[in-house]
Amino acid sequence: MSTVLEILTAVTLIIGAIFTLVGSYGLLKLDDPMKRLHAPTKAGTLGVGALITASILHSFATGGNSVHEVLIVAFLFVTAPISAHFISKVNIHRKRCETPPPPPEDTSWATLGPSDGPAS
Amino acid sequence: MILPTGLFEWSLLIAILSVSVSQVMAMVRLVIGPGNGDRILALDTMVINAIGLIVLLGIAQGSEVYFEAALIFAMLGFVSTVAYARFILRGDIIE
Repeated sequence: MSTVLEILTAVTLIIGAIFTLVGSYGLLKLDDPMKRLHAPTKAGTLGVGALITASILHSFATGGNSVHEVLIVAFLFVTAPISAHFISKVNIHRKRCETPPPPPEDTSWATLGPSDGPAS
Repeated sequence: MILPTGLFEWSLLIAILSVSVSQVMAMVRLVIGPGNGDRILALDTMVINAIGLIVLLGIAQGSEVYFEAALIFAMLGFVSTVAYARFILRGDIIE
């Protein structure tokens, strides 16, 4: 195993571990449902991306040339905002957060229904 | 327990330990989470951390057969998160 690639793999592993740990710690510590949404969907996804990058670097270091783990990173980075959007809509629907101001054209948000939206 | 020797082995051990601790913290949030949104978010985080653990296992064993498992976990986790959120939003998954 070449030394430069080994050190690079170790550094990427540590970065990924720190980001994943910070993401889950934020999920546990923050006090508001909408604040809790920030930590795992950004820091956690970035940490797993760094771990998969370390896997690619490790396969380079051991003589292989497998880059198909990029597929997992691309899929995670595309789908993480969609999941976060759906979970925030669940929070709005369940009134777990402050109701956002009414939209400019309609009377209330679609997920709240016409009856329980703010009077506009 | 055999302590690792080189820099790479130490960093691999630290990464496995911290991702496992992250998994346990997400599990605590899944148990105590005071709402449906928190539980969906905790499940999504647990799936993402499980992908990280599978990838780390693949690095530790030097094998590439765990790639398909990680890819299937990613797809299944996204679909189940969206299905759960959609069930709470609309009362139905496929209308």
